Amino acid sequence: MTEQGSSSLRAPELTGAQALIRALEELGVDTVFGIPGGAILPAYDPMFDSKQLRHILVRHEQGAGHAATGYAQATGKVGVCIATSGPGATNLVTPIADAYMDSVPIVAITGQVASSLIGTDGFQEADICGITMPITKHNFLVTRAEDIPRAIAEAFHIAATGRPGPVLVDIAKDAMQASAPFRWPVELNLPGYRPVSKPHGKQIREAARLLGLAKRPVLYVGGGVLKARATAELLELAELTGAPVVTTLMARGAFPDSHKQHLGMPGMHGSVAAVTALQKSDLIVALGARFDDRVTGKLTSFAPDAKVVHADIDPAEISKNRTADVPIVGDCREVLTELAAAVRTEQAADRGGDYSGWWEQLEDWRTRYPLGYETEAGQLAPQYVIERIGKIAGPDAIYTTGVGQHQMWAAQFISYEKPNTFLNSGGAGTMGYGVPAAMGAKAGRPDATVWCIDGDGCFQMTNQELATCALNNIPIKIAIINNGALGMVRQWQTLFYNQRYSNTDLRRGAGVSAAEDHRRIPDFVKLAEAYGCVGLRCESPDQVDAVIEKAMAINDAPVVIDFVVHEDAMVWPMVPAGLSNDEILAARDQRPDFDEESE
Amino acid sequence: MTNSAPTQTHTLSVLVENRPGVLARVSALFSRRGFNIESLAVGPTEHSEISRITLVVNVEDHPLEQVTKQLNKLVNVLKIVELEPSACVRRELILVKVRADATERQHVLATLEPFGARVVDMSTDSLVIEATGESAKLEALLRVLEPFGVKELVQSGLLAVGRGSRSITDRSLRAVERAA
Repeated sequence: MTEQGSSSLRAPELTGAQALIRALEELGVDTVFGIPGGAILPAYDPMFDSKQLRHILVRHEQGAGHAATGYAQATGKVGVCIATSGPGATNLVTPIADAYMDSVPIVAITGQVASSLIGTDGFQEADICGITMPITKHNFLVTRAEDIPRAIAEAFHIAATGRPGPVLVDIAKDAMQASAPFRWPVELNLPGYRPVSKPHGKQIREAARLLGLAKRPVLYVGGGVLKARATAELLELAELTGAPVVTTLMARGAFPDSHKQHLGMPGMHGSVAAVTALQKSDLIVALGARFDDRVTGKLTSFAPDAKVVHADIDPAEISKNRTADVPIVGDCREVLTELAAAVRTEQAADRGGDYSGWWEQLEDWRTRYPLGYETEAGQLAPQYVIERIGKIAGPDAIYTTGVGQHQMWAAQFISYEKPNTFLNSGGAGTMGYGVPAAMGAKAGRPDATVWCIDGDGCFQMTNQELATCALNNIPIKIAIINNGALGMVRQWQTLFYNQRYSNTDLRRGAGVSAAEDHRRIPDFVKLAEAYGCVGLRCESPDQVDAVIEKAMAINDAPVVIDFVVHEDAMVWPMVPAGLSNDEILAARDQRPDFDEESE
Repeated sequence: MTNSAPTQTHTLSVLVENRPGVLARVSALFSRRGFNIESLAVGPTEHSEISRITLVVNVEDHPLEQVTKQLNKLVNVLKIVELEPSACVRRELILVKVRADATERQHVLATLEPFGARVVDMSTDSLVIEATGESAKLEALLRVLEPFGVKELVQSGLLAVGRGSRSITDRSLRAVERAA
């Protein structure tokens, strides 16, 4: 920018690699996660000189991808990861797919073999654009130096606007080595990309009218509200209407858990009140949510009496799974602002909704079927560990999780009060997300305490990033909820496969009986120490607070706590897969009695 | 393809940026979302920056809306218009190689005229016949030619253009020019 100003006639001649780094700097990028290799090597040379870019050298490209995602989710900025061609690029496939499912804005930059080699099965060649076509919002193959700045600028624009998502830029090695005049800013050339953010006034008024007529409405809040930074607007609408709120797994923190209108999380492991409120509602106002199968259960029997107002920035989400009576395409923040204004107009004309009867019923469900868990004396319950971490670290901390039982308990038993404090892999369900996402969140928000609530299965998929954290002063805290099993799979085996625990036991060796095998493989405390982290262990309930507080006091190194919990704990409530949400079980063999109160 | 299924056939005229890989994005989207392409034709338009993909899909109305919405999300897709059969001209082209020696040749030639078909190549024992039209007409022609022995059939995807003076390319071109 400065050079452009001082010598306006001639743009400086830069190599493609230099242009790439300059473009990233111009876009305000401060952190990138990656690993160099042959085809991306030219980019790493000018990166070495950059004062602005902090490159964090990860141990596996999957870690770079999830770190970029964690960074993006914690900061709201675009996350950046970088890898070489071939296997470097294919190792990014999982985090790219993950970011695609959860609409996270990341830009993945990959080196590609020289353009003359493309298509010849050259060394470390993979058609990463072809491979990631179905899991990116868009991708680019760049083979000329002069095209690099614009491709990068367009990638950031596409990733961050509309419905956010991952964008991949694959750059041929010779394009990075060739030179071209560098001009900035570049003009974007995206004639086919026109996201709509402003909602249609007529639909907004219709939504407000339905809210006034409804007797049993629910605000069904999804991750889109967080992406639109619309939590204040959501609070306003909720309090204005008095309607109950449910927040999906991707929206935990979008509405304060402590708020009396919050019924909790809907879905397969949602609270009885949240699941049942949706199921019995007469009006669902979906805000940046997508009627995912984990929320709706059996779709044909989902919320049979409800009219649906569906607001989403992606037109393709509207009426994809559940037909919307009132479709609203737009950014959730604008939708919520305008909807609140429209509701005020209705209320001023004495056409506001009265939900007092609905609240009586909701309070009854909430009181009779609260979230809870059983503990046996002396046993360490995983839910208790997670609950205590939430209490001690508080609502200002950022929590990441892996995928499985611990993820659900972290969604249930930690109180989220603020946006962007609960990061997890919702759509893709990527085991191994937790540690690198925490690393990315902490790199982006060094002021925040970052806890990764992980399972022992998940942790072992990406734990090599402990080295990255230890070496780069990224002091995250990891709670391994160690039940020695692939817990959620084991839970399904318990419930649906006659307790035949086929290949879900991570603790016991082949041919050794359970009673005999007391080895710790791996020993997570030793593993943590080997990686330069502080390793702690906790095996009984009375140690829990002390060990969490000890971890909270350590801020100069990553901390790993091995919480050895019992293996039979299960996630409740549960709607068994494929069944109607009417079949929710509050606990094992315990179906809530809904008929009684409706008679 | 010739069976009349309970689902409906829709013709989509899709304007896309003329760039490498765009056809792959469009066709991959169909397979990954479980939509079936019945016919596909790609070619240039009167504007060099824009190509046209004419697609025939056989779906219920509800999935059709999903098809167009998902297609619209592709960054390189500029515009999608569904062409109603009553409001557009639809054409396919076939080239048929038919077995026909000197004795049969006259019989084959006699069948062509009602269909407006013509011979574009001839050898001692075969003819190549060119015909254009709506698919029902071409099917009828093929049924007539079949007894002679069809050695090879080459059929294009469907092309369609709206009737009247309006052009669907104009507005999209303006968008391209604005962005360029």
